[in-house]
Amino acid sequence: MNNLQPLSSPHGHAGSKTSQVMLQVLLACVPGTAALWFFFGYGVLINLVWLTALAVALEALVMLLRKRPVLFYLRDYSAVVTAVLLALALPPATPWWLGLTGILFAIVIAKHLFGGLGCNPFNPAMAGYAALLIAYPAPMTRWLLPQAVTHALPDLATAFDFFLDRDVHGHIDAFTGATALDKFRQQHGAQLVSEFWQSTKVMGQWSGAGWEWVNAGFLYGGLYLLYKKIITWHIPVGFLLAIAILAALFYDGGSSQSHGSPLMHLFAGGTMLGAFFIATDPVTAATSSKGRLIYGALTGSIVFVIRAFGAYPDGVAFAILIGNMAVPMIDRFTRPRTFGHSP
Amino acid sequence: MTSATPKLWNCAGGIHPPANKQQSLQGCIRTAVLPPQLIVPVTQPLNNPPQLCVHIGERVHKGQLLAQGSSHPGLAAHAPAAGKVTAITEHQVPGMSGVPELCVVIDTDATDTTWPKLPVLDYLHTDSDALIQRVADAGISGLGGAGYPAHSKLQSALHKVDTLVLNATECEPYISADEALLQQHAETVLNGCLILLQITGATRCLIGIEDSKPQAISALRSHAYDPRLQVMVIPALYPSGAERQLIYTLTGKEIPTGSWPVDCGVLCHNVGTAFAVARAVMHGEVLVSRVTTITGAALAQAANYEVLIGTPLASLLQQSGLDTTKLSRLISGGPLMGIELPHAGLPVTKLTNCIIATTGQELPTPPPAQACIRCGYCAQVCPIHLLPQQLYWFARSHELEQAQAHNLKDCIDCGACAYVCPSHIPLVQYFRAAKAELVQAHDQRLRAAHSKQRFEAHQQRVASELALTEQRRAERTTLAKQQPATTNSSSTAAQDAVAAALARVHARKAALKPAAADNKDPPP
Ligand code: SF4
Ligand code: SF4
Repeated sequence: MNNLQPLSSPHGHAGSKTSQVMLQVLLACVPGTAALWFFFGYGVLINLVWLTALAVALEALVMLLRKRPVLFYLRDYSAVVTAVLLALALPPATPWWLGLTGILFAIVIAKHLFGGLGCNPFNPAMAGYAALLIAYPAPMTRWLLPQAVTHALPDLATAFDFFLDRDVHGHIDAFTGATALDKFRQQHGAQLVSEFWQSTKVMGQWSGAGWEWVNAGFLYGGLYLLYKKIITWHIPVGFLLAIAILAALFYDGGSSQSHGSPLMHLFAGGTMLGAFFIATDPVTAATSSKGRLIYGALTGSIVFVIRAFGAYPDGVAFAILIGNMAVPMIDRFTRPRTFGHSP
Repeated sequence: MTSATPKLWNCAGGIHPPANKQQSLQGCIRTAVLPPQLIVPVTQPLNNPPQLCVHIGERVHKGQLLAQGSSHPGLAAHAPAAGKVTAITEHQVPGMSGVPELCVVIDTDATDTTWPKLPVLDYLHTDSDALIQRVADAGISGLGGAGYPAHSKLQSALHKVDTLVLNATECEPYISADEALLQQHAETVLNGCLILLQITGATRCLIGIEDSKPQAISALRSHAYDPRLQVMVIPALYPSGAERQLIYTLTGKEIPTGSWPVDCGVLCHNVGTAFAVARAVMHGEVLVSRVTTITGAALAQAANYEVLIGTPLASLLQQSGLDTTKLSRLISGGPLMGIELPHAGLPVTKLTNCIIATTGQELPTPPPAQACIRCGYCAQVCPIHLLPQQLYWFARSHELEQAQAHNLKDCIDCGACAYVCPSHIPLVQYFRAAKAELVQAHDQRLRAAHSKQRFEAHQQRVASELALTEQRRAERTTLAKQQPATTNSSSTAAQDAVAAALARVHARKAALKPAAADNKDPPP
């Protein structure tokens, strides 16, 4: 028997661990990642490896500087999750320094300057993404054309050339092009939606070739997280419903002034990744169930507003950051009524 | 016999920890071996001094009164066995505070002489006061929960309640004392309920029991012939047995914070208490023993024992085949709210419902806490609908006002939040510490207010004395001078005004000072 300070109750535990929560999130990213790989080539895998390595190294370095036990903190895998989410959000043909800048901003500034895991008000991955989008708009909006359109993807060697920023043959222009969301923005007002749809292969079935599958992959992973009770339904449902409802309101039957069908918005760009993986980041989301529903709806609405009326093709990163700012207020106004207290 | 399924109200939150009750429910309740020494706590509620009825060296008989309260509410303590009082001393007991309590130490002998029993009462023809007096004479305290004297709880409920709730949930893992008692003595327990109904004048008794105890439920159902007794089976969920949660589940009444169940017409007692009341009224027995679960992976055989109050735990553990090489910790109570004990020399009290002798594998010590990731799992399971992750933040940074604004005081220490926290943060430990700080701050404020009052009174006295001397001097001067009466009187008036203004300034300063000083140094 030990004669140390007696331990406080409870003496048992359900056995869940923060590291397990994070690992489940990583596991749930697999289908969406596979779709990205299939439609856009090796770039996403290179980004994943590169950013994860950087994130772990940076986290270790910061922990050394903060004089904390390095291995203990690395084992919560939160840095890896940040790296993976940023890597999945970045275009697949980005040079190495872009990823480096982004993850540096995410881990060092957005996470640790605010006090580390649990204290950061902004989602680190999205803060990194937004910083890049503002600083380097050109490479950040240069997406590869999906395989369905070009019938060819850069091979591994070419993908490495892109990564090393050594595009000697000018390949990059051959492989890249506007995404469906870009196209849609550019065409705005010129054609009826149905005509426009037929005029370009980039649009795919309903929301952009390849993108439909990428989003389906993240939707599948998200449902897995729900099933595993890693996340609750409130944020994704609020997020997706807001986008769908706003899109339906502004669809006006597919006229030339239309902003795209609900289905297109739900399966385009980063919608599903945002709904299930990014907006649900517990550290930076609202806490109560009601608050989470509101937070989800708020971020979803901003996504649509940026897509429809803003200057950027996709708005998930900015929407999340704006939502993060609103979290303290949402939390204040959605505090659950304590048992035995009047409302 | 009640057959209809009554409506239940749903309590949010809660967890489903593994029950681990089967280990101790294998056989009947065993009678524990008479230990050579009994250490019987005689402390009184609210820290009132006990009035001792025996002295060192005296031979006592089983059932003889050892001590009682010197003021209300008192709690009588009786000798659990015959023997000789060898010491009356402070002794550590299993309790939250860890503060030693006054105990009467009896060296038992095998003579088994008994004190005459109290007369048997026919409760149907006895008035409430006499029945309450019997509960008091028998030394019955609540046998679960806080251990408040049962008779004062009954007294406060007289003519005020219409519903009696029998708490048979025993929702915490490992503990099976009430369940064993119900399996074997459901009739006596229900008789206790009828007596409690008779005393309080309540019109119904709702018996709340978890669906995980089928044997106890059927025992209850087969004896609940009185229509006022309603067996209500509720889904197993921890902490369904927390008093306010159970009352809500059974009646839909949400007891407002700060008031008591009796204020809302409900009185809650637990199984052990009802059993003891029945024994006291119908058999004239005083409370000298209770059923305690002795369990845990470090024992060869877990079981429920009928234990004499004051029995050292070591004796019970030995009877259960304790393997000391496996033992890592001793816990009094269940794994979720229990207290870790320093050693096995502590005695069983009227509140000891369970002792867990556990191994490092069964209930491992928690790994170091990681950062809170605000996942909100804690808030999802909190039965009080608190936000543990916020409270943790406030408790850690000593923001007591915020903690209070987020209703820290309503936390019942159930441990559900810490049980699910994936970062293994010892939330309850933080909450206990913060609550203690709140109490301390409250005491401090009271004391500060008190000393401020005293200080002000003192200042006033000084000021009035000063004014009096001033006045006398002024009078003397006027007497001495006499001549320029008109001018002089006006100057005296001016002087008085100045003195009064000065006194006011002093008083104001004085009033400010202690309040400012309080923030820094607490009074010793
Ligand atoms: S369960 Fe633990 S990690 Fe999750 S919000 Fe609560 S305190 Fe934080
Ligand atoms: S210990 Fe307190 S905060 Fe935690 S779940 Fe229980 S009541 Fe809620």
